[in-house]
Amino acid sequence: MPTNTVITAANEAFLRRINELSGEKVTRCEQCGICSAGCPLVAEMDRTPAEMMRMVQLGDEDIAKSKTIWICASCFTCTVKCPRGLDPSKVAEALRQLNLRKAVDYIDLMNIPKEEMEILPQIALVSAFRKLTG
Amino acid sequence: MKIPYYPGCSLKTSAKNLEVSALAAAEKLGIEMVEMPRWNCCGTVFSLTSDDLMHHVASVRNLVRVQEMSENGSVDTTNKMVTLCSMCFNTMKSAAKRVRENAEDLVKINSFMDTEPDYNGNVQVLHLLEIIRDMGFDKVSAKVTRPLEGLKIAPYYGCMLIRPKEIGIDDPEDPTIGAQLFKALGAEIVDNPFKKVCCGAYHTVHNKDTVIELAHDILTHAQEEGGEAISTSCPLCAFNLDNRQKEIKEKYLKFKEMPVFYFSQLMTLAFGLGEDACMFEANYVDPRPLLKSKNLL
Ligand code: SF4
Ligand code: SF4
Repeated sequence: MPTNTVITAANEAFLRRINELSGEKVTRCEQCGICSAGCPLVAEMDRTPAEMMRMVQLGDEDIAKSKTIWICASCFTCTVKCPRGLDPSKVAEALRQLNLRKAVDYIDLMNIPKEEMEILPQIALVSAFRKLTG
Repeated sequence: MKIPYYPGCSLKTSAKNLEVSALAAAEKLGIEMVEMPRWNCCGTVFSLTSDDLMHHVASVRNLVRVQEMSENGSVDTTNKMVTLCSMCFNTMKSAAKRVRENAEDLVKINSFMDTEPDYNGNVQVLHLLEIIRDMGFDKVSAKVTRPLEGLKIAPYYGCMLIRPKEIGIDDPEDPTIGAQLFKALGAEIVDNPFKKVCCGAYHTVHNKDTVIELAHDILTHAQEEGGEAISTSCPLCAFNLDNRQKEIKEKYLKFKEMPVFYFSQLMTLAFGLGEDACMFEANYVDPRPLLKSKNLL
C-alpha cells in the first residue's frame, strides 16, 4: 500500500481509466473489508479485494501487477455483499484487461500438461482462455 | 409447454448426463425443450468490462434464434428460452439484460451481425430449475414413482445460478430451490455451509491446487453435516467436485469419495424413468453403489 497521500495526475488518470473500464465508481468504496472477508480465494491473493479497491482509489498502478487480479475468479460473492453496491469483480476484470489488451497473457496453452488436456472439459478451457488471455 | 432450448457445448460432450436426464425429466413434467437450430458457444463467461461488446455477440446471436422460433411457431412460448448449464444461463441472461437496458449497445451489435435478423431485445433467458419452481413443486411430487427415501442430499449451488442478484434465480445469500426440489422427490436434505462457495471454476486449468482445496472444503463440509451426495447444475462445478476427487484423495488420505449428481439425474431416478435416462455411468464417482444400498436401484 502506498504511504504517500499525494495524488498525482497519473494517479488520477489511472483511477479514471479503471472507473471507466469497470463501470464502477471506485471512490465510493468505504474500505469496510466485507468483500475481503467473504472472498473464497483471498488466501491465494497478495492484496485483498479491499486493498485492490484502495489502491485503485489512490491510483496506484502496482495493483495491475498483482497476483490478486488473476486469482479473482469472478464468483460474485463480493458483488452481492458490498454495502456500497460496488462490484470488485468488475474492477478485477478491468485490471486484467489492462494487461490483456497489451497482449500480456497470464497462461500459455503450451504449459498445460498433455494428460490434463485430455481430461479438461471445454467449459474449463474456454473460460480460462477468455479470462486469462488476450 | 414447448420452449426453445439452448444446450451449450458441455451438454454435448462432458455433461451428456445432464442433458439426457434433464430432457427426460422435463418431458415428464410436460415441458418440451426444443433444441434451437444453429446455436453457438455462449463464451462461458460474461465479459465484465464496460466497453467490451464483442464478447456479447455470440450470446445475442443465440437470442436471435429464440426470436425466430417464437415467430415461426416451432414453439408455443413467446421470446422465452431455457438453459441447463449454470454458466450458459448466467452468460446469456447477462448479455440479454445488457442489450435490453442499453439501446445503443443493441444497435451496435445488430449492425455488427449484418447477416442476421435484428435482435428485438425481448428474450427472457430461463433456467429449467426456475420453470419447475414456478410450475410448483407439488407437480414434481405428483410424478414421483420411486421416492428417494433415506438418501441424504446436500444441494450445492455455486456461483452462476444464484449470483449476481439481478441474474440469479434464488436468494443469493440463502438459496433453497435445490432443497425444495429434492424434498419434493422424497430425499432428505442436508444443509451444507459451503453450498454457495465457489469451486475455483476455470482455475482447474492452470491452478489445480486451489480447486482441490475448495472442492475438498465443499465436499467434506457436506459430509460433516451428514450428506451422502451433493447436487449441481453446472458442468464446470461437476468436473471440479466430481472428477477432481481423484486428486483430493491423493492429497487427503482420509477423504472418502462422494457422488455428485446433476439435479436432473435425481429427478429421472425418482420419476422411475430408467437408468438410461439417468446416465449414472457418465459420473466420475459412481453413484450406483450408494443408490443400491438405499434400494433405489
Ligand atoms: S465491500 Fe464494498 S465498500 Fe467494503 S471494502 Fe469491499 S468494495 Fe469497499
Ligand atoms: S469475485 Fe473475485 S474478489 Fe470477489 S469474492 Fe469472488 S474471487 Fe473474491
